[in-house]
Amino acid sequence: MSDTAQRADPALGLPPPGRPTPPALAALRRGLAFAGKQREATVLVVVVLLIVYFGFISSAGRGSFLGSVNLVNLSQVAAPIMIIAVAEVMLLICGEIDLSPGFVYSFAPFLMYFLITYHHFPVIAAIIVSLLMGLFVGWVNGFLTVTLGLPSFITTLGTGFALEGITLSTSNATQASPPTNSLYIGSFLGNNGYAEIIWAVVLVAIFHVILVRTRWGLHTVAAGSNQLGAREAGINVARIKYGNFMVSGVLGAFVGIQIAFQTNVIDPSAGGYQPMFYAVAAAVIGGTAMLGGSGTIIGALLGSVMLAVLTNGFQVIGISAYPLDIIFGGAILIAMIANIQLTRLRSAGRRR
Amino acid sequence: MTGPTAGDSDFSDSSDPFATDASSSASSGIPSIGKSFTAPTAANDVLQAQHLSKRFGAVTALVDINLHLAQGEILGLIGDNGAGKSTLLKILCGFQPPDTGQIVVNGQEVALKSVDHARSLGIDCVYQDLALVNQLSVYHNMFLNREKVRWPVLNNRAMRRAAREYLNEMGVNIPSVDTEVSNLSGGQRQAIAVARAVYSDAKILLLDEPLAAMGAKEVALILDLIRDLKRRGDVSIIVIAHNYGQVLEICDRVNLLQHGQITLDKLSSDTSVQELNDIVVAEYRRAMQDRQRSA
Repeated sequence: MSDTAQRADPALGLPPPGRPTPPALAALRRGLAFAGKQREATVLVVVVLLIVYFGFISSAGRGSFLGSVNLVNLSQVAAPIMIIAVAEVMLLICGEIDLSPGFVYSFAPFLMYFLITYHHFPVIAAIIVSLLMGLFVGWVNGFLTVTLGLPSFITTLGTGFALEGITLSTSNATQASPPTNSLYIGSFLGNNGYAEIIWAVVLVAIFHVILVRTRWGLHTVAAGSNQLGAREAGINVARIKYGNFMVSGVLGAFVGIQIAFQTNVIDPSAGGYQPMFYAVAAAVIGGTAMLGGSGTIIGALLGSVMLAVLTNGFQVIGISAYPLDIIFGGAILIAMIANIQLTRLRSAGRRR
Repeated sequence: MTGPTAGDSDFSDSSDPFATDASSSASSGIPSIGKSFTAPTAANDVLQAQHLSKRFGAVTALVDINLHLAQGEILGLIGDNGAGKSTLLKILCGFQPPDTGQIVVNGQEVALKSVDHARSLGIDCVYQDLALVNQLSVYHNMFLNREKVRWPVLNNRAMRRAAREYLNEMGVNIPSVDTEVSNLSGGQRQAIAVARAVYSDAKILLLDEPLAAMGAKEVALILDLIRDLKRRGDVSIIVIAHNYGQVLEICDRVNLLQHGQITLDKLSSDTSVQELNDIVVAEYRRAMQDRQRSA
């Protein structure tokens, strides 16, 4: 279609903007465009293959990769990555990144613990205040990035370090246990088999709908794809970015509290950069562009499952944790290369 | 033609741009025009700009702009690149505030707070960069920030249908309203940006180079559209364009912007492509001479 418009240009005395494409190349390009659009399908295939592989290679029975015990483990590895990946997808799409959710994750359960133990807060109130702390960290990230104009990479690096310091100094770098009166609520949040993955899937579903079916999602894409254009169209880009930073903070806090209940220990060394890096990797493997403008929550879900299957699968079949990171790094790089190359090929024939 | 009676007020100085000495032109950049020219206003003006000025750091974009737009009128805004045309339009559509000056819409002075605010007053704009989001579909772009919503989700079906019907009616030829805008040609993108502003039912349309980057067919389409709006009579338009022939063809009146000031305000019937060309070229020559002299 755009070809006709391009050929119409000589009527104005302009040369056509590019050589006409041979049909074979055009067909190839269409095929690649299709594959590019089905990036999620590619990840899904990889995930299924990995599951089949580990299913076959691990010993049969309850302890095997697909046994009931390990499926719970697997879900508990995947869930936190998924939830933080949801937040990272929203932020990456609107052109920002958050390095701090892992540190909110560390501090939130401690805050909950302090409030319940030393200030006699009701458990629900303590959890809500901890989530609000995450919200506030997100607001600070938004303020520094959007209002003061720092790059979000630096902003969230700074708030992340600060939070780590707060966690270590308030906890004296010692572990704590979730207060006994909180364990009942804790069983709904994380300390109960599939509780975490259910939360994760619900959150994934909610944010998928938000991203593809609401104004917020549409404006998030617009803000990341063409920030000036979005502002010219009257979209409040600052509000979108603030909002997504705040979502990231809350989800970070939520995951931290979940993990504290799941492991029954509040550990100052939990969290940190690792959950964030896994989440960003999951988002990118799932097809989210680092430079903003495109990405999907479903892709991030699949990316999270893929990373969880890799981590857990190699543990189950007994491969040492050391070479695991090599495979990990390779998987992320291959996904990134495919991502960029497909996008480049897709836009090769496009007039800019 | 509803051009204001005073539209052809005395601008004899500007028609003889060589009449000034070099020193004054070097200091002000605008040789022969009085510093504060007050635009003639008419009772049926839908939009007036009074003494607008705008600076970006050390750069003065607009000096003392007085401009008016009558009901149903099409005003052409011409001038060199960097003269301040786009800046002026972005102020009038609420995208950025002026440093000084007032904007009067339908007889009421307003401080435009945002693009949405201007839209609520019936002002809509097609930006030079089109403000389209490449990764979104045609119909999402058509309704960007004015989405049809069936709370809490978007009413995609209604938007898709409305976009398809409207673009068909306009004669814009695109493969599908589901296509990502990034897959369209420059002209198609332009047509969608214009269609979006027109569809919004704006009473005051600001078009920043709506004819740039378009094929002959698409130029005809946009010109037809503007003529259509003019026939309806309830839409007033300010259009920036570089092709003086097209400007004089569709516009009732022409304003020339030079170095952030309006230096000519004439009815289209009282000027010609030749005259406009001469003024702009003369200005360019003088600027070159000044530069050589000071070098």
